[in-house]
Amino acid sequence: MSSEIADTVRAGVGGDLADPVFWRAGAIATTAVMLVILAFLTIDSYRYISVGGLNVPKYDVINQHIGYEFNWSRHAAVPVIGGPEPLFGHKVTEAEAADLILKGKFVIQSRACMDCHTFFGNGAYYGPDLTKSWLDPAWPQIWMPMTGKTTREDAMVEFLMRPDKYPTWDRRMPNLRLTEAEAHAAVAYLKWLSAIDTNGFPANFGQAGK
Amino acid sequence: MYRSQRLSLRYYAAAVTLFGVMIVFGLLSALYYLYPSLLFNVFNFSTSKIMHIDTLVIWLLMAFLGAVYWYLPKELGREVEGMWLAELTFWVFCAVVIVVAAVFIFVQYGPATDFTLWFINQGRKYVEAPRWATIGIVVVMLVFAYNVVATCVKAHRMTGIMWVLALDLIPLVLVYLDAFSYDRNMSTDLYWWWWLVHMWVESTWEVLIGCVMALVLMDVMGTSRRIVETWLYIEVMLVLGAGILGLGHHYFWIGTPQYWLSIGGFFSALEPLPLLGMVIHAVYDAGAHRLKTTNRPAFFWITTEAFLNFIGAGIWGFMMTLPQINLFTHGTQWTVSHGHFAFYGAYVCGVIAVFYVAKQKTSGAAYLDGKAWKWAYGLLNIGMVGMVMGLLLAGMAQAFFGRAIGGSTLMAFTTASENPWFVSGMYARMLFGLMFAAGYVALVYDLVTSPRRIATPALQPEPA
Repeated sequence: MSSEIADTVRAGVGGDLADPVFWRAGAIATTAVMLVILAFLTIDSYRYISVGGLNVPKYDVINQHIGYEFNWSRHAAVPVIGGPEPLFGHKVTEAEAADLILKGKFVIQSRACMDCHTFFGNGAYYGPDLTKSWLDPAWPQIWMPMTGKTTREDAMVEFLMRPDKYPTWDRRMPNLRLTEAEAHAAVAYLKWLSAIDTNGFPANFGQAGK
Repeated sequence: MYRSQRLSLRYYAAAVTLFGVMIVFGLLSALYYLYPSLLFNVFNFSTSKIMHIDTLVIWLLMAFLGAVYWYLPKELGREVEGMWLAELTFWVFCAVVIVVAAVFIFVQYGPATDFTLWFINQGRKYVEAPRWATIGIVVVMLVFAYNVVATCVKAHRMTGIMWVLALDLIPLVLVYLDAFSYDRNMSTDLYWWWWLVHMWVESTWEVLIGCVMALVLMDVMGTSRRIVETWLYIEVMLVLGAGILGLGHHYFWIGTPQYWLSIGGFFSALEPLPLLGMVIHAVYDAGAHRLKTTNRPAFFWITTEAFLNFIGAGIWGFMMTLPQINLFTHGTQWTVSHGHFAFYGAYVCGVIAVFYVAKQKTSGAAYLDGKAWKWAYGLLNIGMVGMVMGLLLAGMAQAFFGRAIGGSTLMAFTTASENPWFVSGMYARMLFGLMFAAGYVALVYDLVTSPRRIATPALQPEPA
């Protein structure tokens, strides 16, 4: 910087720009302000991301039909909660649903699902994203006929317990020795997950060819 | 040589070893994409991936600890306080890493119980290490924090760099506590997980490496403390000013409110600024002052750090950070491309410079140069850029065919992964990955062999 410009700037801020103390004050002030803003935004975000909040449904949403449709006022696809459609044909109470989801999360962490798949796009990228996997047309189109099951959730349980038996291409899912109860819980988790409003991620899900 | 500098050499040795382990599992992970049946049901992709990314975090952390133990006595003019504790925790750290790695490799996963989370695998990306090991790492960090603070207190001396470093230790330890978290709600789980991942990688680590680089600049280039501290404060101001709310770019799609799209997009678009500042700093220092160096490898790696941090973290990050684009790129190989380039540019290059500083001191060479480091430098840099380009090619094919057109379903994912652009990108990544591995071998060779006496140890001016 030419000394002329430096002098002008210096006069403008009223301090010596090469003085570390000036920038130290700037660093402390900036950090403090940003942390306060983040604290407020975090408190407000909890209104959305808590269970039963504006974007994250209660766990017993697994008793309902879940869709995913483009919303013109939001300019994004959003989950649409429909009429009754109990998982495995069996309506659960709020407490039972919460237990099932708790178990489902244990399955997801103990098998490190996130180190092949992604949730909300976070994780590894070797397997497909699971945010809306409950709604994936592959279940009725490929795996229901392949497993010989008549419902989506039964096909999912069968697939999760023996994924190596039902490959769709050369990159297969390994057998992670899920018990039937664990597979049930994982399916419940995926159904609940698909009901979370993710600001339209992933875009155009299941819309290809429609 | 101070006792804490001998400890730092041990940390460097552990770090370089884990760097090698990381590369081995990186190559293996890359291989699964080309041969999907590889070790199927025996040693799955997920385990290889865990080994790859967890060793990344640990080897960089070990190198940072080593660098601080190296410069702490130099900066404060006295031996580090509580050395026996520091030496003990080094071995604890190594033991924890070895046991966790063995459990990951041989046990891999467990039933859906608390036991698995405590003793086998927590299954949260980057912090998969089971809870008992997490406690061990917290202890190591606390001892480290004690060493730094107690030495400052005993020395009755505080420099600007030491203030920044000491204050940075607070978030460094605090956000790591999220590694214990178990939360059934994926949205709140990831909300705090991003505090850990983002605040470490894009804030506290950036500040930490900023402190280390400031010390290295004074050491290797003879830059004045006043200039170095001014730049450090500016860097902290910009890194935290943009980075704290830049956290918002992880809050686009996890169930968080829509306003994060604007806040995250805006502030993360500012995140390249401090990195650009460092480039200017490096060019200014190297050129305007016509600085002379006695340690050519360290000098080149520092300069490279400035440039590749800006390109890898800054430009590659900016390219995909706006929500309009991120909607299609998030969670594709595009992210992987950015991740590799950013970690390499921001941290790996700087850490290698620190290794060479230690090498010069231990070998007693007045002037450090030679042929081997140039091979390492060339192979590592070309290997990394090649991998990054291959991954970008693959990621673009995924964003376009899998996301925008295909609609992100299993079939869309499959179709995109069979696209020729994706496949050729993956082959390119493998090829350049091997080149990177060769660079690693050259680096290790150069670091462990004693330097050849150079006939003219006189200071030579660096090209600007």
